[in-house]
Amino acid sequence: MKSLKLIGLALGASFALSASAFAQDITIAVAGPMTGSESAFGRQMKNGADQAIADINAAGGVGGKKLKLEVGDDACDPKQARSVAEKLAGAKIPFVAGHFCSSSSIPASEAYADSNVLQITPASTNPLFTERKLWNVARVCGRDDQQGIVAANYIAKAYKGKNIAILNDKTTYGKGLADETKKSLNKLGITEKVNESYNKGDKDFNAIVSRLKKENIDLVYVGGYHQEAGLILRQMRDQGMQAVLMAGDAMNDKEFASIAGPAAAGTMFTFGPDPRNKPTAKAIVEKFKAKNIDPEGYTLYTYAAIQVWTQAAAKAKTTDAKKVMETIKAGEWDTVLGKMGFDAKGDIKVIDYVVYKWDDKGNYAEINPKGS
Amino acid sequence: MDYFAQQLINGLVLGSIYGLIAIGYTMVYGIVGMINFAHGDIFMIGGFIALISFLVLVSFGLTAIPVILLLVLLVSMAVTALYGWTIERIAYRPLRHSFRLAPMLSAIGMSFVLTNFSQVSQGARVKPVPPIITGGHTLHEGSQGFAVQLSNIQIVVVLTTLVLLALFTWIVSRTRLGRDMRACEQDQTMAALLGVDVDRTISMTFVIGAALAAVAGMMYLLYYGLVDFFMGFVAGIKAFTAAVLGGIGSLPGAMLGGLAIGLIETFWSAYFSVEYKDVAAFSILIVVLIFMPTGLLGRPEVEKV
Repeated sequence: MKSLKLIGLALGASFALSASAFAQDITIAVAGPMTGSESAFGRQMKNGADQAIADINAAGGVGGKKLKLEVGDDACDPKQARSVAEKLAGAKIPFVAGHFCSSSSIPASEAYADSNVLQITPASTNPLFTERKLWNVARVCGRDDQQGIVAANYIAKAYKGKNIAILNDKTTYGKGLADETKKSLNKLGITEKVNESYNKGDKDFNAIVSRLKKENIDLVYVGGYHQEAGLILRQMRDQGMQAVLMAGDAMNDKEFASIAGPAAAGTMFTFGPDPRNKPTAKAIVEKFKAKNIDPEGYTLYTYAAIQVWTQAAAKAKTTDAKKVMETIKAGEWDTVLGKMGFDAKGDIKVIDYVVYKWDDKGNYAEINPKGS
Repeated sequence: MDYFAQQLINGLVLGSIYGLIAIGYTMVYGIVGMINFAHGDIFMIGGFIALISFLVLVSFGLTAIPVILLLVLLVSMAVTALYGWTIERIAYRPLRHSFRLAPMLSAIGMSFVLTNFSQVSQGARVKPVPPIITGGHTLHEGSQGFAVQLSNIQIVVVLTTLVLLALFTWIVSRTRLGRDMRACEQDQTMAALLGVDVDRTISMTFVIGAALAAVAGMMYLLYYGLVDFFMGFVAGIKAFTAAVLGGIGSLPGAMLGGLAIGLIETFWSAYFSVEYKDVAAFSILIVVLIFMPTGLLGRPEVEKV
C-alpha cells in the first residue's frame, strides 16, 4: 500500500513537472497527410516545420518561450482532417501550419475558427480556402485560379491547334484546378476534346487511356495528385501513346518520377518559382542539404508559414489567434521565400506561377521564358 | 473495332487480376462456409513480398529478368502461403465450431492487423518499382492512326492466370487433396468419418488461396508498378464481388466473375463515363443476383440440417 502511494506521488510529481515544462513552451502544430498516398507531401511539411522550429528556438524562440511541434495526420481525408483539427484545437494549440489537401484544409479551418486557432496552409491552393471569409485562415502559396491561367496560357502558346484532354480526380483540389484551367483555356478560344473525371485511388486507367488514344490527344492536363498522374502516364506509354502530361503543383515531389518511371521525362507542371533558388533561402537550403534532405516542393513553404506566425506573434506579444491574425494582415514579413504581405482574405499579395518540366534523370526545373 | 479490341485487352487483364484474388474467396467459402475478409490483405502482403524479394535478388547482383521473376514468384507464393496457413491456424481454427459470425469477425480483425502491420513495418508510403517487363506489340494499325497495343506485361498477366487456373482446377478435380476438399465441402463430419483429415484439408485450402493471392499481388506490382499498404481493401472488395457474381464456391465462377467485373468496368469507362464505373459494376451485380441468386455458375445451396 505504501509503495502504491509512493508511485502515486512520483506520478503526480512527474505530471507537475511536465505541466510546468508545458507552461514555458508554446506548442504549435503541423498537420497534413503523414500517411497514405499523399504522404510524400506530409513529409515535406514535417521536414520544413522541424527545421523552422529548430532555427527559431536556436534564435531564442518567441518572446523568450521555446516552440514545440505537434504533428497531426489527416491522410488527405476530410473526415480525419476534421477530427485532427478538433484534437489540436482541444489541446489549445494557437497555430497550425496545414493542411496539404484542399479537401482537408477547408473542413479543418471551420473547426479551427470555432476554437480560436490560427491556420496558415503552406500548400492548399483551392480558392475556396480563403474565399469563405473566415477570420482565421491565410496561405503562403498561390491560388488555383492563378495557377489555371498560367497553365492555360502555356498550353495556348505551346499546343496551339493540338488536341487537349482535361482529366480531374473529383477532389476539391483536383476538380477545382481542372475547372480553372478549362475556364481559362475556353476563354482563349481553345476547347478540350475530352473532359473526364476519375476516382482518386484508382490504379487502372487503361480504359481512359485508350479513349485518349482514340481521340488523338497531344496534351493531357490532369487536375489531381501525383500518384494517379504517374500511373496515367505510365499506362499511356504502355499503350504506345506519346502525349505529354501536364498538371498542377502536386507533381513537385520526386516520388512522381519514381512512380512514372522513365515516362516522367517531359511532364510539365505549374508551381511557384523554385523556392530553393531564392536568395533568402540559400542559408536554410544549405542546412537541409547537410541533413541530406532535398527541401523540394512545399518544404520551404511550411518553413515560411511558421516564420510568418512567429514574427507576428512576437510583434503582437501574444499567441491569441485573433490578435496575431490582425498583425499578420497588417504587416509584411521576412520569410525564407522573401518578403510576404497578406490581403484581407489571407492570400499573399504577390502570386506567381511558372511552368516546370521533368527531365529524364528524375529532376524538375523551370522552363525558362524563352522556352527550352 | 480497333478501339473495342484495345478495351477488350484492358478489361481482360484487369479481370484476370480480380479473378486470381476471387479464387481465394471462393475456395474458402466453398469449404468452410466463411467469407475470409482478410484475403484482400493477403493479396497486399503478396505484393509486398514480391517487391521485397525482387529488391533482395537485384541487390545480390542477379540481372537475368526471367530468372528473377521466377524466383520472386516462388518466394512470394511460399511466404504468402505461410501467412495464409498461420492466419487460419491462429484466427479461424479456434473459432470454427463457434457461432457463425465469429470467424467472420475474426477475419475482419485480421484484415486490420495485416493492414496496420504492413503500414508500420513497411511505412505508409507507396512503394514504386521501375517498369520491369517492358515493350509490347502493335497488333493492328487502324485507319485513323489508332494502334491496338498489347504490352508484354499484359501477356504475362493473362498467361500466368490461365496456367494457374488450369493447374488448380486440375488439383481440385483430379488429385487426392482435391477429392478431400470436395468431400469437406459437402459434409465435414462425414468426410472426417471416412478418414479425411479435415483440419489439414482446410489448412491447404488457405495455403492455396494465399499462394494465388500472392501471384495476383506480384502481377499487380508488375502491371501497375507500385504497392501500398491499403491496396488490399478495394481490390479485395472487387474480388469478393467477382466471387459472388460468378457464384461463390465455384472455381471457374470466380474467374468468370473476375473477368466480368473487369470487362464491365472497362467498357463502361470506354463508352460511358469513368466516374460511374463502380456504380455500373455493382448495379450489374445486383441485377444478376436478382435473377440468378446463386451467381452465374453457383449451385443452389442446400440447407444442411
